[in-house]
Amino acid sequence: MIAGLTKAERQLSLAVLTVLALCGLAFAAIGRNDPIGTHGFIILLVAIGVACVVIAGYYAPEPDKEQLSRYYDDPTRVGIILSMAWAVFGLFFGVWVAALLAWPELTFDAGWASFGRIRPVHTTGVIFGFGGNALIATSLHVLQRTTRARLPDQFSPWFVLIGYNLFCILAVSGYFMGLTQSKEYAEAEWYADIWLVIVWVVYFLIYIRTLQRRKEPHIYVANWYYMAFILVVAILHIVNNLAVPVSFGHAKSYSLFSGVQDAMTQWWYGHNAVAFFLTAGFLGMMYYYLPKRAGRPIFSYRLSIISFWGIVFMYMWAGSHHLHYTALPQWVQTLGMTFSVVLLVPSWASAGNALATLNGAWGKVRDDATLRFMMVAAVFYGLSTFEGSFMAIRAVNSLSHYTDWTVGHVHAGALGWVAMISFGSIYALVPWMWNRERMYSSKLVELHFWLALAGTVVYVFAMWNSGIIQGLMWRTYNESGTLAYSFIDSLVAMHPYYIARTLGGLLFLLGALVGCYNIWMTIRQAGGRLVFQGPEVDKPALTPPALQAGE
Amino acid sequence: MPNFHRKLERSAIGFVVAIVVVASIGGFVEIAPLFTIDETVEKAPDMRVYTPLELAGRNIYIREGCYACHSQMIRTLRDEVERYGPYSLAVESQYDHPMLWGSKRTGPDLARVGGKYSDAWQVAHLRNPRDVVPVSVMPAYRWLEDNTLRTEDLGLHLKAMSRVGVPYTQAMIDNAPADAYGQANPDTDFAAGVAERYGEATNIRAFGGKPGQVTEMDALVAYLQILGKLTDAATASNVAAKAE
Repeated sequence: MIAGLTKAERQLSLAVLTVLALCGLAFAAIGRNDPIGTHGFIILLVAIGVACVVIAGYYAPEPDKEQLSRYYDDPTRVGIILSMAWAVFGLFFGVWVAALLAWPELTFDAGWASFGRIRPVHTTGVIFGFGGNALIATSLHVLQRTTRARLPDQFSPWFVLIGYNLFCILAVSGYFMGLTQSKEYAEAEWYADIWLVIVWVVYFLIYIRTLQRRKEPHIYVANWYYMAFILVVAILHIVNNLAVPVSFGHAKSYSLFSGVQDAMTQWWYGHNAVAFFLTAGFLGMMYYYLPKRAGRPIFSYRLSIISFWGIVFMYMWAGSHHLHYTALPQWVQTLGMTFSVVLLVPSWASAGNALATLNGAWGKVRDDATLRFMMVAAVFYGLSTFEGSFMAIRAVNSLSHYTDWTVGHVHAGALGWVAMISFGSIYALVPWMWNRERMYSSKLVELHFWLALAGTVVYVFAMWNSGIIQGLMWRTYNESGTLAYSFIDSLVAMHPYYIARTLGGLLFLLGALVGCYNIWMTIRQAGGRLVFQGPEVDKPALTPPALQAGE
Repeated sequence: MPNFHRKLERSAIGFVVAIVVVASIGGFVEIAPLFTIDETVEKAPDMRVYTPLELAGRNIYIREGCYACHSQMIRTLRDEVERYGPYSLAVESQYDHPMLWGSKRTGPDLARVGGKYSDAWQVAHLRNPRDVVPVSVMPAYRWLEDNTLRTEDLGLHLKAMSRVGVPYTQAMIDNAPADAYGQANPDTDFAAGVAERYGEATNIRAFGGKPGQVTEMDALVAYLQILGKLTDAATASNVAAKAE
């Protein structure tokens, strides 16, 4: 991998790693009485580890002209592997936390292993570890193919990929130690947040520099979504994580906002982390890999435009539906509800556009589990956005809020949409990236598909049941006009559903393990190595963009 | 529109600017006024700040992820008010950096749990919830009793809180470690200062039941016992007065 870097880039890598190691050392020294000291050592170790890899390959021959004229896919390959590793890690912790709600003693008698600490390990592991790496890996691939331009350099994609994973490691290891800002999907503490901003700026620069050098006159729709993902996540991340640390030697910080303003900022962030991380980015994936795999053009350009700008504009208003009937002023709640309902239009426009693209390719959907992953993802996207708009209505929310219904809704989106589109895209991408004709076993892709679908359905149905039962029990009155059930009655009623959801999660985890095995075997299979030759040679274009008449 | 868009999607910078502008509108309209409209947060002159011990307890509550299963926000719904008490007001969390309203009730709401159970019950419950509530699924927090509370840096914590707008006085910041010790040890000389700085109504007692030391259990129970008690703005008479 180091062979792909020029001499100057190898030197730059070592310089950056030295600075990083010094930062780690400084944290380790200043924060020796605080968990931040442990994080200093982790930063130091990661920097030294990566530096060893760079040094080991330092004297490898520099890439020649021919190599530099090809697309640069090494970071995408590593990103796919990291993504699958995080998927297994995050899903395992998901199954564990689910099991803890059914059998609370199923843990160790230590802080790191208690429900409250490993729950964010699960959410960060799957959202940022699995989802984030899948987004980075695919976005770098899609960006180059749709602009027909090579990445601007070899250093910055590695900086983004490794830096991003360092952020994930800091976040997750922090939760085990009890470091959290308590903000949903933004738990990581201040120094990890600052580091992510730096990584993100470089990520954006890769995107904009490649787009500026594109050989295609138009920016393809997948890139609109990847850009919205990068830009808006940056805005959300910076505003929501504004905080004052106790000192430079303390991991702990205090949020700049308090009370109602903090709640609104947090859910503006939280809902749009769903919108721009878990939706926009993965729509970018869908808009490239689904038509590519189906061999059909996108159904409607016009629908793409409407749904894109609808999503970018309206999602940002919807966060306040997480705060219905709370101390948040009612005008904000009403705005949030209204936009959430209207949001169904661009959401279904996207889902419909995807499904209509499959017209003429339904035979492939039947035969090819990879394409079926993407199709089912689009269906779940449609279902969960409908459910989301429905739950944002105040009257519905009064029942669903605080219950497992919300958890079921999130997982319908996360398992059914985000994970399925990722698996589909990865199965499409792996043979291209490793020059194989196809995956090692299409039967195993099929098996993964059914495990994932069964797991999702079992999970979501269990949570719908438990959530609605919970909500109804809490508000049921008996004939004498007093509350019919104690809180603990409702908890007892949840037990069978908590077992069912653990089972659903376990099926999904098994599917991911099957996927890992299949990808591993595809990479290492002997004899299957074929030079991939699509209809056109998979190389950047050399000619400048041709202007179309009238433009 | 398609023609305009055809032009827009030929310009990378134009597209970037368009995304940022279009995406910023919603958040700006909904969040900025919350800082400027006076009615957003009610007035509560009697509201006091968290003592250093309670703040440390709150940080343990955050550290252990209690907010993932316990909300601190009673909605304006009849069944919630009857189950948990008067609905929560914005002012009650005005010193909460960050807020802990929560979004899931695997366990009950805790906004008004202060004073509802005895210290001994809270300690027993945290030690092993199933000792007092047999069907509970809450984790056991046995180690809280064994961990001595880190108090020497509490002044820095109060200082950081004052930087983000909580009215801690210099005396409170200077005496933070002593006050944390005093609040959990009523028979020592340090106890008087706590009442002097935070008010006579402050709970000063051996919360964890182990006098002579301050454990994380002391801090967490002290925090739980103050929930909903920092101001009585939410009681019926005050709400009625506000409505006039």
